[in-house]
Amino acid sequence: MAYTSNGATIDADEEGYLIDINQWNEDLAGQIAKDEGIAMSPEHWEVVNFLREYYSEYQIAPAVRVLTKAIAKKMGPDKGNNKYLYELFPYGPGKQACKIAGLPKPTGCV
Amino acid sequence: MDEMESGIVKKFMFVNRKPPHGTVYALEVLEMVLISAAFDQDVHLAFLDDGVFQLKKGQAPAGIGVKNFSPTFRALEGYDIEKLFVEAESLAERGLSEDDLLVPAEIISRADMGRLMGEMDVVVTA
Amino acid sequence: MSTLHTVNKSPFERSNLESCLGHAQPGDAVLLLEDAVVGVLAGGILAGKLADAAQTLKLHVLGPDLAARGIDPAQVVAGITVVDYGGFVDLTVTAKAVNAWL
Repeated sequence: MAYTSNGATIDADEEGYLIDINQWNEDLAGQIAKDEGIAMSPEHWEVVNFLREYYSEYQIAPAVRVLTKAIAKKMGPDKGNNKYLYELFPYGPGKQACKIAGLPKPTGCV
Repeated sequence: MDEMESGIVKKFMFVNRKPPHGTVYALEVLEMVLISAAFDQDVHLAFLDDGVFQLKKGQAPAGIGVKNFSPTFRALEGYDIEKLFVEAESLAERGLSEDDLLVPAEIISRADMGRLMGEMDVVVTA
Repeated sequence: MSTLHTVNKSPFERSNLESCLGHAQPGDAVLLLEDAVVGVLAGGILAGKLADAAQTLKLHVLGPDLAARGIDPAQVVAGITVVDYGGFVDLTVTAKAVNAWL
């Protein structure tokens, strides 16, 4: 499948994950989120931006367990827990937030 | 995970013997390691023979059209995979030293590496 | 006119490099690329053999493969020339024949 953003065609896999992370932009993120039934709030952006930083440092999309722990370490236990993250991304912070952030599907995620 | 849920914990060792980028072995093992982390097993990573090059600092494979996955080794700590062993003889034979490594690892002799392998329940070598 | 020999397997794992060096004729060019580049560090156990071979052969190593594996050209055995893809092409077109030791 593919998205259209700012007049450009952006390729994605059959589940909607971007093929090339470098083609990501904020407008596209909003579009993917909308398809997922999510209205982006500052809290959503905080997680999405965190994921993009994580990817740029380690070159992988983290497993949910690892993401939760890393967010707890950086933003505190109020945000680094399953309840908070699943409220923001009901179908899974790994799957949904990674897709919105333009990352590949987390390794080990089926 | 509590004791009831965790079940049997086995000693796993993933043995890396190939240099990165020329073949897909190193990346495939790394993905296996990341997945294994979800199963709460006692995971050990060994780097010997040309596998020591996987942990070499300063890898820049853009010029050969390959993704640089070496930063992912630094993420292993977050996956609670912290038992990394590098064979001293393998480093020395290749003109490398502990300073060349991009993550902290325990440097052990070939004899100790052999003994450690013998203590494992499951060994996967590539 | 001489032959260009290419070796792309790790010399620690296979005998390709050793066999190549044993058969190459004086004046021939040898290019180490892909996984073969792991053998070229000056502190490694193959350094002596490569330095000897460089007396009669023109030894080269492919720069992008060195960079991929984090090997600084300054660490390479003296007498081995680092070439880029353009240099690889030049070696190929100036050789009488190319022998790829796969």
